[in-house]
Amino acid sequence: MSGFPDAARLELVNPQLRSNLRNATDTIREKRARVVGELPDWEELREAGRGIKADVLARLDEYLEQFESAAQAAGAHVHWARDAAEANAIVVDVARRHGVTEVVKMKSLTTDEIHLNDALSAAGIFALETDFAELILQLDGDWPSHILVPAIHRNRTEIRDLFARTIATGPLTDDPHDLAEAARVYLREKFLDAKMGVSGANFGVAETGTVCIVESEGNGRMCTTLPPVLVSVLGIEKLVPTFADLEVFLQLLPRSSTGERMNPYTSLWTGVTPGDGPDEMHIVLLDAGRTRVLADEVGRVALHCIRCSACLNVCPVYTRTGGHAYGSVYPGPIGAILTPQLIGVENAPTLPYASTLCGACYEVCPVKIDIPGVLLHLRAKVVETEGRSAERATMRIAGRIFRSRRTFELGQRLARIGFPLARRLPGPLAAWTKTRDLKPVPRQSFRTWWRQR
Amino acid sequence: MSARDEILATVRAALADGSAPEPVARAYRRGGEAGGARLVELLHDRLVDYNAEVRRVADHELPTAIAEACAAHHVSRLGVPPALRTVWRPGAVSIVEDSGLSPRELDRLDGVLTGCTLAIAETGTLVLAAGPEEGRRALTLVPDLHICIVQENQVVDGVPAAFAQLGPLARRPLTLVSGPSATSDIELSRVEGVHGPRTLVVLIAGQLSA
Repeated sequence: MSGFPDAARLELVNPQLRSNLRNATDTIREKRARVVGELPDWEELREAGRGIKADVLARLDEYLEQFESAAQAAGAHVHWARDAAEANAIVVDVARRHGVTEVVKMKSLTTDEIHLNDALSAAGIFALETDFAELILQLDGDWPSHILVPAIHRNRTEIRDLFARTIATGPLTDDPHDLAEAARVYLREKFLDAKMGVSGANFGVAETGTVCIVESEGNGRMCTTLPPVLVSVLGIEKLVPTFADLEVFLQLLPRSSTGERMNPYTSLWTGVTPGDGPDEMHIVLLDAGRTRVLADEVGRVALHCIRCSACLNVCPVYTRTGGHAYGSVYPGPIGAILTPQLIGVENAPTLPYASTLCGACYEVCPVKIDIPGVLLHLRAKVVETEGRSAERATMRIAGRIFRSRRTFELGQRLARIGFPLARRLPGPLAAWTKTRDLKPVPRQSFRTWWRQR
Repeated sequence: MSARDEILATVRAALADGSAPEPVARAYRRGGEAGGARLVELLHDRLVDYNAEVRRVADHELPTAIAEACAAHHVSRLGVPPALRTVWRPGAVSIVEDSGLSPRELDRLDGVLTGCTLAIAETGTLVLAAGPEEGRRALTLVPDLHICIVQENQVVDGVPAAFAQLGPLARRPLTLVSGPSATSDIELSRVEGVHGPRTLVVLIAGQLSA
């Protein structure tokens, strides 16, 4: 993985990206604030959401077993996958057993995380993305830059040109209605004939074995009700204990995510229902690093995340760089704490630094994840894994200098002589000033001034 | 070791030195205000806000309102759940009962008419719970127009009140509908009607709407 600072530099010089991103994040942020402000008990809901998720993690083994037996009792096949490869093999196997060469798929970060589409493709099975933005990205070989609005970095003219050369059956304007209609016509044919659907899941209910998905367009409903075979991939942290617990999350999620009081469609189903929806339902329970996150008592709060993307929209870093710079399926503040833990900090050492620690993410998080706290925790881990660095050596020297008044004042005098107007530090210390301006050294220290007055 | 056993063992090992979870604080509003003019008014307002077409009618005006909605949207073939009450079925259109229509047959309907199980005022949400007058999920998904009848006594105040009532129905397929399907994926401008019905007509019926 290339580091965040280098990737961010490339993104920052793209004016289209910056203006689209600015517009999108500003708009969603205002909408969110408006609908959150409508609820007098928002803080109580957040606290309940946090508490429920903490309970889920604390008793995850019990809830997983409960979920499995309830889903099986309702006719679902439940599979367990230790990693991406196992999960993908399960989905490929289901498709092969039904002789399916194309599956319709709804937007799912979990399946992006395990690169399910690539695995299916390697097995000769095409996974058609049916979410509008995901379709755009798939047609163009591009990848998401925002959790909620993945193609926010593309404008209407680009989308028109793309559709014109791929799916359009006639002339096309760049009016969003026309573009949506083109996608509707193209995808409808696919839905009506689809033999197998693939989804992620927003929630799984341990008590009942119910799977819940939340969406706007209706493509999720199409994927989960029309094809006779359905596979839903669930991260093991997606459980809630009881059906009634959804009353909390279905208030927190839409208001935090799209800034709506409720998203257009929420679907809940339990196993198979004769005469209504798929005849065969598979659930894949995915670990892929989640148990590793769980083992870290500080870091495990990252598993509370319900993927609303509110933290992206308020983040002074994300709103400028966009999602691609993170080089991770989960961008923004949540990505900066989730990805390094899922794949190991040594594999994403720059992400915990992709933040100013301003705390805006913590304030908007509907399940009260202390993102800045976890960022600091992970930075400490990065420093530990990296061993000796210039920064660490400097800090040790600084510690020694600061320990006594004599050495501290001597240091101040030397600094005034050494580099009174320097903006960059020399040698290995240059790393510090690569992204920061060095403040000029004042002509007189406070202590000197105090003694002379 | 199977994947299942290994994942569960790893989870247990990760939690081994943890303390027992604290009880969840549920100080949020649990609601329970039922029916009532304020709630029906609020539901109306919220549905309009999501660009549903909404009409409030007295019970005896409902058949006329249904016929008018069909006429306004040029419906000639109207899908209905087989158990939909006769008095709601408009006379001037051809009624197609959904007894396992294929997706393509559903696609040839001009619209669908159903009842619902509940409506949530605060969020403008209709809850379809696969009841006899709601039909299966595909019926209210594939046709381009959904006419949904809400009776005033089905209106609850908020999401917790709805889930309290839905508890016994939890294992049925449930669909919560809040306005027509929509996308904001193109430069954030909202386009209604992507894959689900592009038009949602809600008829709220009862004494308060007379």
